Amino acid sequence: MLARELAKRGYGDGQSFVTGSLLLIGGAIAMFVAYPILCVLTSAVRDDAGAFAPALFLAKLTGHSIWGFDCLTGGACGVAWNSLALATLVGVVTTLLGLAFALLAVRTDLPLKPLLRGLSILPIVTPPFVIGLALILLFGRAGMVTNWLALHAGIPRSRWIYGIWGIGIAQVLAFTPIAFMILAGVLAGISPTLEEAARMLRATPWRIFRSVTWPLLRPGLTSAFLIGFVESLADFANPLVIGGNFNVLSTDIFFAVVGASHDQGRAAVLALILLVFTLAAFAVQSWWLGKARYTTVTGKGDSGLHAPLPLRLRAASLLAVVPWLLLTIGVYGTILAGGFVAQIGRDNTPTMQYFLTAFSVDRGVGGWFLSGSAWPSFLTTLELGLIAMPITAALGVLTAYLLDRIRFRGRDAFEFLTMMIFAIPGTVIGIGYILAFNAGAIQLTGTGLIIVAAFVFRNMPVGIRATLASLTQIDRGLDEASLMLRASRAATLRRVILPLLRPAIATAMIYSLVRAMTAVSAVIFLVTGGYNLATVYIVGRADVGEYGVAIVYAAVLIVFMMILLLTIQAVAGKARFGRRDEAVAVVS
Amino acid sequence: MSGGVVFQAVSKRYGGVTAVDNVSFDIAAGTLVTLLGPSGCGKTTTLRMIAGLEQATAGRIFIDGVDVTTKSPGERDVSMVFQSYALFPHLNVLDNVCYGLRSSGVKRIRAAEQARATIALVGLTGLENRLPSELSGGQQQRVALARAMVLEPRVLLFDEPLSNLDARLRRHVRDEIRSLQQSLGLTVVYVTHDQSEALAISDRIIVMNNARIAQGGSPRELYESPSDRFVVNFMGEASILPVTIQTIDDGIATVRLGGTTLRLPNRGLDTGPAEIAIRPHAPRLTGGTPEPNTLNGTIRRAVYGGDHMEYDVTIDGFSEPLFVVDARVASPYVVGAGVGIALTPSGLALLPASTRARPK
Repeated sequence: MLARELAKRGYGDGQSFVTGSLLLIGGAIAMFVAYPILCVLTSAVRDDAGAFAPALFLAKLTGHSIWGFDCLTGGACGVAWNSLALATLVGVVTTLLGLAFALLAVRTDLPLKPLLRGLSILPIVTPPFVIGLALILLFGRAGMVTNWLALHAGIPRSRWIYGIWGIGIAQVLAFTPIAFMILAGVLAGISPTLEEAARMLRATPWRIFRSVTWPLLRPGLTSAFLIGFVESLADFANPLVIGGNFNVLSTDIFFAVVGASHDQGRAAVLALILLVFTLAAFAVQSWWLGKARYTTVTGKGDSGLHAPLPLRLRAASLLAVVPWLLLTIGVYGTILAGGFVAQIGRDNTPTMQYFLTAFSVDRGVGGWFLSGSAWPSFLTTLELGLIAMPITAALGVLTAYLLDRIRFRGRDAFEFLTMMIFAIPGTVIGIGYILAFNAGAIQLTGTGLIIVAAFVFRNMPVGIRATLASLTQIDRGLDEASLMLRASRAATLRRVILPLLRPAIATAMIYSLVRAMTAVSAVIFLVTGGYNLATVYIVGRADVGEYGVAIVYAAVLIVFMMILLLTIQAVAGKARFGRRDEAVAVVS
Repeated sequence: MSGGVVFQAVSKRYGGVTAVDNVSFDIAAGTLVTLLGPSGCGKTTTLRMIAGLEQATAGRIFIDGVDVTTKSPGERDVSMVFQSYALFPHLNVLDNVCYGLRSSGVKRIRAAEQARATIALVGLTGLENRLPSELSGGQQQRVALARAMVLEPRVLLFDEPLSNLDARLRRHVRDEIRSLQQSLGLTVVYVTHDQSEALAISDRIIVMNNARIAQGGSPRELYESPSDRFVVNFMGEASILPVTIQTIDDGIATVRLGGTTLRLPNRGLDTGPAEIAIRPHAPRLTGGTPEPNTLNGTIRRAVYGGDHMEYDVTIDGFSEPLFVVDARVASPYVVGAGVGIALTPSGLALLPASTRARPK
């Protein structure tokens, strides 16, 4: 009714469908994104009794445990510095590795294409902490590699992997494919004619790279760095699994809530700092990209040959990429095989024990039942993921349609809001949901609904991106033709746009399911006995040292989602899939 | 400083596809030669082989007498203006123009000096600090030209340099390139698919078709004495009619076309069936009663073209219509009117009889 009233006054193209959709989405975002964030902000400036306490806020905000510099004198630095240092390190390393991969894949005839295709799927289907877990099994105090080195090379066992190095390696392994995808796209987009022109102007391969290719890559490099930076900041599970005594913001938020201190105010302050860091990185990125974007693909007479890669660069790239590849193979080998031996590295007797513990099916009174310990969490995850899937896709498609096709007042603000969702780290959403929906008007804590909401609003950007990518390829003339033929906006969307978007929608749905199943950071705050999730269950098993069950479960999850993705890929087609890879990968 | 370009039986194959097939030509120093042909005919590949961006599969290439067949672009002393201009988007005009000099080891100050002089030559003084994205299409074109010319190459290559400009600017820039080429005595190889551009700018034109040279010669030769149907059609509008060569006397053929007799250079043809290409301006239409020993026809289509009339005329006894352009617009012939057709020799050329069956 409100929509019809507003529409009568000419808002949103004068159609109640458009206005209604805007109100629906705006309202949903306000309630499930803006309100929780607001709760974090207000909670940060209150004391435990709920009174306004700016002094306490300031004290917490500038606290020594956040900003201290003790690591310079032998102690532990503040978590903010830890997070920033780690994120910078990971951003730089993933960018350089991604560049090396991209150069080899795009500019040489090495047979890397199928390999890299596989690599681009891995980070999507791998629950984030799994890599940390595998690193412990390889390099931990009792790890496979550690054992071997201690036995054969006499290198004493140590706990070096637990801390910044372990987290750093895990994150580099996890996020390099994302940097690769960004940089491969940018590299392929550099017009070969520019490099031919440089060749004609007597430049050597090295000079071409330094004076033409590199400057044109710079915006892509910045972009890749910032994505790596933000991903590292937002990553929660790896620091949790392998961090040891090295605390970062995301884990500190968690321990402030669940730990002995139970200091929600501190959690809110930490979440605030994390949010500011991430938003600042995104702001820098969009500012930078707005400033230095060179469109080099003109589409006119552009069919030249890229310059050959300078030999030094090619060698350096290979040198960088090979260790990464070996480590990745080691990690995934450990995950896939590790659950089927008694104790990986020490007792390699094949066993189905862990698999049966997790996934056994027994016949009892009244027929078959799923007796494995993993089944409840697996089925819950699948159920909640499947409930969230159509909602995510519908909201995503509708939002993308409004953003791309309709002019309305406040469109920029609306776009900013949806971009915000991208930027908010999962832990911040998690703490926000606890603060917002624990008590008061809307009590959702402990229900499946709150987890579904977290899934929907964390993954909605995926739907938006996938749909936007497709929408830009659908001629606006089709909309206009439909409108001229007296169809309403809603009918146009339903009868013209949606059928054309079908592949995009299918893919958005599958990705939303996959991302729901791999999510940890937001939902770890929200799970309860009744609604345990697969990832949280695995983290729990790993936490108490039941690595066998944990990796069997992780392997099953990865294989399950891989099959899901490959099925969709076969159905939706190769070309379309490629476009979406990128759309999905940049979401933290 | 300018040098000629010689191709000796050059071929380029990509797997099973032959892009350039056994092509030989000799481009004299100081001339502007156009490679003309439809897309996919091999003209751009030929140009890129001169540039060194593609390696010939067979044959030899000489620039200024030196065998450059296996040399890299940087060692050939040639430069190129690309269709997309390929200006470096992150460098300003001055740095773009300096780029080749700096690559060749010229010191910064000296390079900037030379670059400024060339920028002045193309009329862009004052825009040295602009980025390419801040220039109009025509200005970008001149930067690309300056960047290639500043190196004073032996051969300057142009790959469809005008295709991204609008029609009015195209003619202007075309004339500028020609006058620069002539005043500086540059050797230029110029690729285009636009025959009017080729006619206007070239000393010589090499028409290519299906990876081979169809015909080479001066613009006038190609337009007035095309060697086959392809060249006729590619160089402009023409109607092609079957004829019979009756006698040949000292290089002049007596040709029977319908009810008339023409006398034309035989161009190596023997007596017997042949074809005649008739440019649209060659026929002169006359009204009134049919006369003996002329062609008679009927106007089938009449189009007003501003400063001229276009007619399709069916000639009695011929299935294909004759396309005629008539400068007299004041009192045009109407559709259905009978006309007499007189042929002036300047727009006529004898061709060998085509082996293909002609569509009716």
